[in-house]
Amino acid sequence: MNTQQSMEERLWEYIDGTATKEDRLRIETLLQSQAEWKEKYSELLEINQLLHSSELDAPSLRFSKNIMEEITRLQIAPATKSYINKKIIWGIGIFFITLIVAILGYGFSQMDWTTTGKSSFPEQLSKIDTSRFFNNDLINVFMMINVLLGLVLLDNYFSNKRKQFRKEA
Amino acid sequence: MSAGQNDNELISKVLRGDHLAYAGLVNRYQNYVFTLTLRLVKNREEAEEVAQDVFIKAYKYLADFRGDSKFSTWLYTIVNNTCISFLRKKKLIIHSLDDERVFAKADNQDAGFRADGVEQKSRHVMVGEAISRLKPDDASIITLFYKNEQSLEEIAQVLGLEVNTAKVRLHRARARLKELMETHYAHEVKDLN
Repeated sequence: MNTQQSMEERLWEYIDGTATKEDRLRIETLLQSQAEWKEKYSELLEINQLLHSSELDAPSLRFSKNIMEEITRLQIAPATKSYINKKIIWGIGIFFITLIVAILGYGFSQMDWTTTGKSSFPEQLSKIDTSRFFNNDLINVFMMINVLLGLVLLDNYFSNKRKQFRKEA
Repeated sequence: MSAGQNDNELISKVLRGDHLAYAGLVNRYQNYVFTLTLRLVKNREEAEEVAQDVFIKAYKYLADFRGDSKFSTWLYTIVNNTCISFLRKKKLIIHSLDDERVFAKADNQDAGFRADGVEQKSRHVMVGEAISRLKPDDASIITLFYKNEQSLEEIAQVLGLEVNTAKVRLHRARARLKELMETHYAHEVKDLN
């Protein structure tokens, strides 16, 4: 990032009021001591004022009338949460997770845990006999979807945790 | 009729069956929604159609509005999604900063404008035109921030982004707008300083 770009970004944060307290103080000092900063600040402030004062576009006069005519023919749909049962969603999720765990369990049970030294873990994985189960394209696709759904579920879980953590912080 | 009522009161009325109360919400937000769709769709007639579609969708799924965000934020999420699917369907050629044809056309319009004896465009017109020359993504983030008065957190929610990504996008959009104004509205920009 070049200095000019960085200066603009910091000044925009200052103008938007999103700069941290320390940064705000630093920028205020720079504005008092550096002509270049002061000049750029006035320039950006002018654009900011222009953008704030710009007007909204208006649709045609019939706009709201058209909408009101249309909605008289419509019914409000029931809230999604009233017909989607969370327990069913969780049930499906748990089913897929169980399936993935079962596949992994089967894979591990095929491994020879008693061997030491010569046979390493990745080599043993390649010896797992999957042909009995993954012998059909449909099953392979199904398994792939399962794994993907499992990962999505895990991702959702972790992103929720992260959001919660941020809120608490 | 609805001037004294806040959004949540109007929504409750509509959900209780008073569909006329929805007119209050339409009147309150029609200019905001239309401006945003116009920035994204870039054609007045189509923008009006899409904006109407937005209000109809919002009415249909009003029961899904949980009230954990502002009604406007929820509404602009519908605007964004509806415009994206409209543009996808239409496979619109997105006008970008380097789209020579757009600028050639716009420059001709500028020339015509001046030839008509009008020496200077008003500042508002200039800003509006400059925003409409931006890519839809840039134009929508600027419109949401400045005209629709959404915070960065709300913009992130509307556009389905992380707050920091929204912040970076806003910075970039403003930088492009500034560049555009300096290139194509040099006269007007000079007069501002």
